[in-house]
Amino acid sequence: MSDAPVRAAGPGWASWSDALPLLRVTEREARVWGRYWHTSVLTGVLMPLLFLGAMGVGLGGLVDDNQGTVQGVRYLAFVAPGILAATALQSASGDSLWPVMAGIKWVRTFHAAAATPLSPGQVYGGYVTWIGIRLCLNAALFVAVAALLGGVPSPWGVLAVPAAALGGLAFAAPLVAYSAGQDSDLSFPIIMRVAVMPMFLFSGTFFPVDQLPDWLEPLARVTPLWHAVELCRGATTGSSSLAGALGHTAFLVAVVAVGCAWGVRTFRRRLAS
Amino acid sequence: MSTAVAFLGTRRTLRVVERNTRSYLRMWPAFLTGFLEPVFYLFSIGIGVGALVGRLPGPNGPVDYDQFVAPAMMAAAAMNGCVFDTTFNFFFKYKYAKTYDGMLATPLGVDDVVRGELTWALLRSMIHSAVFLATMWAMGLTPSGWGVLALPAAALIGFGFAGAGLGLTTYMRSWFDFDYVQLAIIPLFLFSATFFPLAQYPDALGWLVRLSPLYQGVAIERALVLGDPSPVLLAHGAYLVAMGWVGQRVAGRRLGRMLQP
Amino acid sequence: MPASTPRTGRRSAPAPDTAPDDAPLIQAKALTKRFGSYVAVDGVDFAVRRGEVFGFLGPNGAGKTTTMRMIACVSPVTDGELRVLGMNPASDGPAIRSRLGVVPQEDNLDAEMTVWDNLLIYGRYFGLPVSVIRERAAELLAFARLDDRRDSRVDPLSGGMKRRLTIARSLINRPELVLLDEPTTGLDPQARHALWERLYRLKREGVTLVLTTHYMDEAEQLCDRLVIMDEGRIVAEGSPRQLIDRHSTREVVELRFAQPEQQDAALPLLGGTGDRVEPVADRVLIYTAHGDDTAAHVAAQGVHPDSVLVRRSSLEDVFLLLTGRSLDE
Repeated sequence: MSDAPVRAAGPGWASWSDALPLLRVTEREARVWGRYWHTSVLTGVLMPLLFLGAMGVGLGGLVDDNQGTVQGVRYLAFVAPGILAATALQSASGDSLWPVMAGIKWVRTFHAAAATPLSPGQVYGGYVTWIGIRLCLNAALFVAVAALLGGVPSPWGVLAVPAAALGGLAFAAPLVAYSAGQDSDLSFPIIMRVAVMPMFLFSGTFFPVDQLPDWLEPLARVTPLWHAVELCRGATTGSSSLAGALGHTAFLVAVVAVGCAWGVRTFRRRLAS
Repeated sequence: MSTAVAFLGTRRTLRVVERNTRSYLRMWPAFLTGFLEPVFYLFSIGIGVGALVGRLPGPNGPVDYDQFVAPAMMAAAAMNGCVFDTTFNFFFKYKYAKTYDGMLATPLGVDDVVRGELTWALLRSMIHSAVFLATMWAMGLTPSGWGVLALPAAALIGFGFAGAGLGLTTYMRSWFDFDYVQLAIIPLFLFSATFFPLAQYPDALGWLVRLSPLYQGVAIERALVLGDPSPVLLAHGAYLVAMGWVGQRVAGRRLGRMLQP
Repeated sequence: MPASTPRTGRRSAPAPDTAPDDAPLIQAKALTKRFGSYVAVDGVDFAVRRGEVFGFLGPNGAGKTTTMRMIACVSPVTDGELRVLGMNPASDGPAIRSRLGVVPQEDNLDAEMTVWDNLLIYGRYFGLPVSVIRERAAELLAFARLDDRRDSRVDPLSGGMKRRLTIARSLINRPELVLLDEPTTGLDPQARHALWERLYRLKREGVTLVLTTHYMDEAEQLCDRLVIMDEGRIVAEGSPRQLIDRHSTREVVELRFAQPEQQDAALPLLGGTGDRVEPVADRVLIYTAHGDDTAAHVAAQGVHPDSVLVRRSSLEDVFLLLTGRSLDE
């Protein structure tokens, strides 16, 4: 086929030549986003900034009046990386629930992609890649605004952008896999309320986890969000040790990897069985 | 139509409520977990961040920060309890599920449908508020006897937001418009003197906050729970009742035009 | 060929890994699909030749869709052998899919996007350059009679339009083989005929079409050759004419009775009438070479149904005679 330069690469998720076509799925998401970008600006950009204004500036004034600093920085600088990581988690979960159900079951757009040379694993990978790209864009905007407000004291703060995206992916990669395996969206609001919401509020986002009751603190420390918050906070305040940052990164990368393995399996089962 | 009827509903209204109750009993986990959000916020911001904030000036001397936040979360619980049903669910039912077309083929009229949805949303809002008030009481966050009036006050908040939700939803064209619901709810939740007092805002913004519908609810709940009732609370209440009443009238008129053109 | 005609892969030279021109495009031997202990497709053999319209006719649950999914390389073969375009779906799935067009049973268009976006996005899945897609999409929109809908969203389109768009989309990669699963299910008669007309045109252009259907008129209209499937097996194979000649009589006399009791009472009197008597739910079918003679014979027996219809045999009759059940059961 001289005019159709379609040569699918060999099977297998891992090979580089195979990893590239998954960007075609990413491209589809980007095109849909291009048409409905205002949705994403709202939840991905505006909401985090509203939280930053309310908690960092408004509530932060009260905290600073009361005790000066939290962990050595003003409350705004303490809470900004927390909000960055927590809203990344929230936006990632939004993208990982209902839109996935739509692709698998309601509108079946993932099935359409799987009828082409793309494999189910590539459909999964392309979708998660898109989530990652959006997380980076949102995080970059947030860090820029937070820096203007004085919430990012260290130049290392730029590293909070990939850190926040990684934290969001640590939630999205397994959650997309989970959603793809479901037959209805009944459990989705519950996930938002009993998993996402508590993590959002108690993973060291708004106050240090050592203030939590003794039985709760270890639980908070195993959530992906706590690691993401610590990583982001270490970057924006410039207080992280290399070993600590590597540890948190390793944890998050491991969660993403497990999520991807699960996701490829689930997509294969739902799209090609 | 009087507000009292909107509150109590006719027998036909109750059939709409009954239908919703039945359909909700099948989705009880979603229903149950709806209570949790304001409770989580009370624990996280009220107690967690509260430890960093210390005490704030109150009407009868300084109060702990959790005492300051709790009544605001009570108002937010009343608002949250009715938003989903009067926006997403209402839209889904009249646009996609054609639930009302079926109802209107019976002796039920458009006003029954709107009053029914309003009553239902109010009921849910009251349940959320009651559970939240009980939580506050259990945590020792209800210092004043006036606190018993917090629940009827929550009904005013529920009525105001339910009516407004129904009215505004009839202007929605597609699901994408529901981003505006989020766009409205989140700033209301964050900036209605919920987490920090009016004094923290610059003057101009402070006046904007005073106009916020949730602020009316927060002001009433905080005054009652902290034991500082005053006639100005009646004005806040009137605002909420007016908002609800106008909203449901708009909803009735527009829904009638859409379903029975 | 008019400029707007979507050219198909037929004209292009086969790639080296493709079967020679006379070899079947699809070859199945003892093809089997099991889901746990449930056998969806039970050892079927068939071959699809280049340029023909090949059909799977059978009731719901006969295993047609599962067979199509295996051909489309989105459902692994449990047992037996399957070759598509000379390749093995298990190892060459992406290569095969790059040369297939797939029209699924349920439209899976991007509902919130425009008609044109749908063609663009799908073309990009194949890795086609945007310039190539742009050119082909214009042709395909003309082919699908959707030129004037280029920029409308998909959601509000009629069922027939969505179907035509799905077919146009499946042609974006100029496939050699197009798989259509129940292409006209759920469409009104007018939309069905419009769709058939488009499919004829593809056939004339030399595209090989494989379709499933549970409508016997669709199978008769469109298919050069078909297999009748029932409970995962192929029960007969041939052209529509061959199948009717082989398995049914030339004509059928249909008797309808006002009351079921009248039908029951008439049955003993019909013994020996025609070649075969088949009582079904609401009527009695008598298979015969000469319908009018048989109808006269029925009247002579003192049987007086509400209506008597003499017609030619159809694939519906073939299915009934082979399985004892009707297609829409």
